[in-house]
This record gives sequence, C-alpha cells and structure tokens, in this order.
Amino acid sequence: MRRLNRRVRTILLAALLGALLAAFCAAALLIPESAAAPSLLDARKPPSWAHPFGTDALGRDLLVRVLKGMAVSLAVGAAASAVSAVIAVLVGVAAACGSRWVDGLVSWVIDLVMGVPHTVLIILISFALGRGLKGLLAGIAATHWCSLARLIRGEVMELRGRQYVAVSRHLGKSGGWILVHHLLPHLVPQFIVGLVLLFPHAILHEASVSFLGYGLPPEQPAIGIILSESMRYLSAGMWWPAVFPGATLVLVVLLVDRLGDSLKKILDPYSAQE
Amino acid sequence: MGLEARNVSFRYGRRQDWVLENVELRLERGERLALLAPSGRGKTTLAMVLAGYLAPTRGEVLLDGAPLSKRGVCPVQLICQHPEHAVNPRWRLRKVLEESGTLREDMLGDFGIERAWLDRFPRELSGGELQRFCVARALMSGAPFLICDEISTMLDVITQAQIWSVVLAEAERRSMGLIAVTHNRHLADRIANRTYELE
Amino acid sequence: MEQKKETLLEIHDLTISFRMYDRLLEQRDLRVISDLHLTVRPGEVAAIAGSSGSGKSLLASAILGILPENAVVGGHLHYKGQELTPQLQARLRGSEIALVPQSVAFLDPLMKVGAQVDGHRRPRPVRRREELFRRLGLPEGTEDLYPFQLSGGMARRVLVSTALLSNAQLIIADEPTPGMGLEQALEALQMFRELADEGRAVVLITHDIDLAVAFADRVSVFYAGTTVETAPAADFRAGALRHPYSRALWRALPQNGFQPIGGFQPYAGDLPRGCLFAPRCPLAEEACRRRTPPVREVRGGEVRCFYGS
Repeated sequence: MRRLNRRVRTILLAALLGALLAAFCAAALLIPESAAAPSLLDARKPPSWAHPFGTDALGRDLLVRVLKGMAVSLAVGAAASAVSAVIAVLVGVAAACGSRWVDGLVSWVIDLVMGVPHTVLIILISFALGRGLKGLLAGIAATHWCSLARLIRGEVMELRGRQYVAVSRHLGKSGGWILVHHLLPHLVPQFIVGLVLLFPHAILHEASVSFLGYGLPPEQPAIGIILSESMRYLSAGMWWPAVFPGATLVLVVLLVDRLGDSLKKILDPYSAQE
Repeated sequence: MGLEARNVSFRYGRRQDWVLENVELRLERGERLALLAPSGRGKTTLAMVLAGYLAPTRGEVLLDGAPLSKRGVCPVQLICQHPEHAVNPRWRLRKVLEESGTLREDMLGDFGIERAWLDRFPRELSGGELQRFCVARALMSGAPFLICDEISTMLDVITQAQIWSVVLAEAERRSMGLIAVTHNRHLADRIANRTYELE
Repeated sequence: MEQKKETLLEIHDLTISFRMYDRLLEQRDLRVISDLHLTVRPGEVAAIAGSSGSGKSLLASAILGILPENAVVGGHLHYKGQELTPQLQARLRGSEIALVPQSVAFLDPLMKVGAQVDGHRRPRPVRRREELFRRLGLPEGTEDLYPFQLSGGMARRVLVSTALLSNAQLIIADEPTPGMGLEQALEALQMFRELADEGRAVVLITHDIDLAVAFADRVSVFYAGTTVETAPAADFRAGALRHPYSRALWRALPQNGFQPIGGFQPYAGDLPRGCLFAPRCPLAEEACRRRTPPVREVRGGEVRCFYGS
C-alpha cells in the first residue's frame, strides 16, 4: 500500500477526532435523565460491568454523569470560545484598522486583562453576575479573547503594510472593500484555528471554577462538580469518582487540542507542502 | 503642466538621514524619462513619493498644478520590482486584473497574457508572467502617468524586452508620461528620451 | 576517466524534482532541473546565466547537498573525479567548496560581521579581512556592526568576502551582485576573477548575462531547468553562438537590438516533450518535438540542439 501523505493523514486524524467529540455529545444527549437517578442500594460501588465507572455516594451511575457533564462542558466551551473568537476578531480588526488612539486603548485593555490571572477574573465576573451558567459563560468569554485578538491585530497590521494593499488603494478601492477582499480572507484560517484552540482552555477553566464552587450549581452534572464531590470520599479509598471523570476531561481536552493543531497544519501554507 | 516634484525631501523618521533632498523633477504627458542612480540613492523612495505611496517630508508633488487626489484611481500608477509582492497570493489572477476595472479579455494578447493564466494563483506563475499582470493592471486603470521601478531587473532579457515593448507601445498610443527607474544605462538609452540622474 | 581528472567539478544529467501537492491531496513530482551538464576546471570562472526563479539556485544547493527534504536528485556529480556522496558533501562544505548565498538572511543576526567572516580560523585573519573589506568598498568599522545594521548591498559584500577569505578550491556564487552599485559589483567580480587566476574555480550563478560575459571564461545558458549551451565568453561578443535560445537572448539585450521573441519559458510541471525550447524555436522540426537532443560539442562549446552550429 502506498504510504498516505501528510495532508491525508492530518485530515483523517481531524475527522476521527471530530467524530469522537460528536459521539460524546450524542451519547450524553440521548441517555435519559433517569439513568443517573440516585439509588442508595447501589451507592459507592467500584467499577463493574453494570457501572463501568462505578457509582457515587448517592448511588448514581458515574459514566452517565460524566457523559452528561462532558456535554455541559462542551456546550460551555463552545459558547465561550465562539463568543471570545467573535470579540477577538472585532477588537483585533478595529484596533488594526482604526485610529492610533483606538489601537492604543485596545492594546491597553488586552494587556490589562492578560495581566490578571484568568481564574481569578472568571470567579470575579461569575460571582458579580450571580454564579450559575450565565455568570460562568460571561466570565470565560470576557477573559479568553485577548490572545486571539492580539494575534489578529498583528496579522492585520502586517497585511495592511503589504504592497498589494497599497496598490489596491491606488486603484481607487475603499477601506471597506480592502477589508472584505484583501484582509478578511487571510484571517479566516487564523480565526478557525484560534476558535478550536480556545476550546480546551475554556473547558478547563469551566471545570476548575466549578470545582472551586464558584461556577455551576451543585445539582448540575458538571465535571468540576463531580470532581469536587469526589474529593470528600477520596480519603475513604473511593478512587473511581476522581479518576474516571478526570481522565475523561483530560482526554477530551487533548483531543480538541490535537484537532486544532491538525487544522493549523492543513491551513498553514508553511507546513502545507510537507 | 504634467507631473512635478517641487523641492521634495524625504526621510523615514525624524532621527533618520534624508533619503531625498531637494529633488526637482518635471514630466509632461508623452514624455519618457529614465531615472538613473546607483543603488541606495533613494530611487525607489522617489518613485513611491511621486506615485503618492509616501508623502514627502518637505516639498510637494503636483499633478497639473494640484496635489494628487487621495480618492479614486490614482492618476500616477506605480509598478514595482517584485511582482510577487504586488498581487494578493490568495487571489486568482482574473481577480487581480479585475481590481483595476472590467476585464477585457480581447486585450490580453496585447499584454502578452495567456488566457489560461487567469484561473491560476500567483505562485503558479513565474516572476516575468506575474509582472505582465502588474503592467496590465496599471495600464488598464487608465492613468495618464506610469512609474516603472526596476520592473525588469529580476527578469531575463527576453522577458524584459517583451514587457517593455508592451509598455512603450501603450505609452506611445495614449501619450502617457513614463518614468523608468533603472540602473542599467543601456536600458535607459533604449526606452527614454530624457534621463535624470539622482545626485 | 581522463577528462574527470583534470576537471574540478563535473555534473552529468543532473535532474532535480520536488514532491509537491497537486490538487487537494495528490502528490506528484515536479521536475525543476532536467539533464543538466556542467564542467568546471581549475583556474576558470564558469557562469550560469538564466532568469530569476528558474531554479538556478537549486544547482548550488545540489552541489553542496543542502536541498530541501522533498527533493529527489538524479544524475551524477563528481568532485575531483570522486562521486559526490552526501558524506563527501558534508566534509567539503565550507572547507573545499564555499557558497556565497543569494539571501542575506544567511548571516547570523546575533554575531558581529567581523567575527562571522573570520569564522573559526585562529589566529584571526584580521589583515586579510581588512584588505578584502577595503577592496569591496566596505567602510571602516563594518566588522563591528551586526547584520541588521548593514544595507542590502553591504551585506552581500560581506557574504562575498566570507567566501573570498576561505581557502576553498571551488566557490559557488549565487547571484552575488544585486544591491551593489556597478563599481562594487565589478570589483567583487574582479576578485573572483583573481581567485580563479590563482588556480581555484568559481561558479557564478547570475541572471545578468552582461556581467557573466564580461567576467567568465565560459557561460552556460540556462533555460527551463537545463543548460542549452555552454560557450566561451568571447563567442557571445563575436556573435558566434550555437543555440537559437542563446542567440535570441543576446539579441534581446538593450544594447544589442532589444528584440524579444514570442512565447514563455515552460513551467516545471508542464515541460514539453523533446527539446524544451522547441515551442519557441524558429528552427524546430518534427524531431525536436519528439526527443531531447543530445549534448554535442561544437566549435569548443557544448550545445543541446540538433541544428546548433
């Protein structure tokens, strides 16, 4: 068999990762709520065929809770990274195309937000907005746009200095026309990759803030909540409520990260010929 | 009246040395001027100032007695040495030509452009072929003045002769004002009816 | 065999292709250099003249063994009669064979120019370096500058002096003159000429056929990835060229008529069958389109044409 070239392999990998993530979401959404109902008879069971991930202190099936939790995490991650990415592009383009004054202001805000540790800022915002899903989403969206915005801003600045953009201006094209035809098409790949790479960040922050008790409410089956509960029983020798949800979280985060990297390799002209 | 540089000086920043100092230059329609200078004497800078790509630090560039307008198609078009920098690498060449107005396919032959190239991307063409597109784009804009900044320096001499025959024929037909920046004296003798030496 | 002993570098049927992506996922080989012949003897400057971006620089990379990963090389390269293997190339690079690279990005940005030119030589060849810098018109104090402080022309002169200072037997200069003024370019080429007169050899890769004819002993005309003719420089001036392409090239010079011929150099991915120049050639006949003409010796030069005379 002919060895597959790098591009084919990358695309296959990206497709596989995407399918895996989709399967996760589907499983979580299709399993009925009743599957994770408390049952004191089954409480604190180690992993078995009936409960592959074991059960927690209330006898709820951990596999189902983890899947449901992952679905929540993925939703939070998707929403937050989408919002962040849109903010990032708007801010980046505004800074790069606007006056020097706007650019200075935006850069200052970016430095300010990046200067404060993410987790602290998310907790503050989420707390101010009354905890729960809304607060958490706002917190994550407000903190994750900076690095992408900085990247996009740099890219636009560089593009604006290109000769073909200057030529376009001399051929009588307006700023808006140049933005749409010359600048934005260059930014799309950056945008997609940035979007995917934001994702694991957002998921991890969601989990850690929920773990600390400032994020999602305790009745929601979120990974952070499950991990936080598991801490109480860890010293009693119950390892499974911590290990399986933790491992699943790490797995999903790594999957998304790999997906982003493969996309970058496909879209980046420098590695495109390898 | 034509294109005029009045006492033009230029430097890239306050602390930098002057690249151009007190340049006086005048070009009428129908005139072909060769701008000769060794490298590093600001030939490219002067070309960019004359075409309105850079604003002079002191002095002014006038077209028929008035400053160059910033709106609409600039009446002074510039073609640069490296065509690969002057076209968007993500555009098909059809779009590159359409940027300067409606594409008239019947004119392509005059510019030495093959129809098949229109659907290619810039990296699929050689420098000489791309330069034809830059020439065609500048000429199709209808500007009465054209500045060619070392446009054939990187090309082989046959392509150089091909491109200049296109430019000279069009400049003659429309009685355009032409400035050819070059370091090659033989080339200057061929294309210009007047030479200007920088310093 | 006898021939090989007296030549320094001999290249036979060199072909270089690249594995490239074609459509979305298909890979194919893109032939950039085909059946190239070149012989370099001690004591001469051999020029290769052809248009920019036509793949001449790849020849330098192939001789030094520094082609990119996805390149496939065919044909024979011999240095002093020995087959140029990757091991031999690694040993010769920088000591026996020196390169004047085309891009000024080859200078180490974090090292002062003087130290870079001296290299690992101890004691440092300060006097020779100063002499070289002076002749190349580099101002005093250049050795204490960092590469970013140099203009394009200065950086190129520094690159040239690096090669001139080495004791290499073969110097490959890849477009050494752009960015230099005419006088500096002439001085740099004069220094290459002197090196050759000492018994070393210089391969001058350039797009400037004027300069090539003025300084080289022999000029190879490069077209669409191959050498169509190698002729003594005097034949150019005398108008005694053998290949229709070289004749067209000479006639297209501004000082010799400025007459273009029609057509374009074919692409690497889209080379015609048979003679590469046939589609533009006034002499072409059926045979030219069917098979590649062999290299023939004509009047002390080499020509790849059935009709060259």
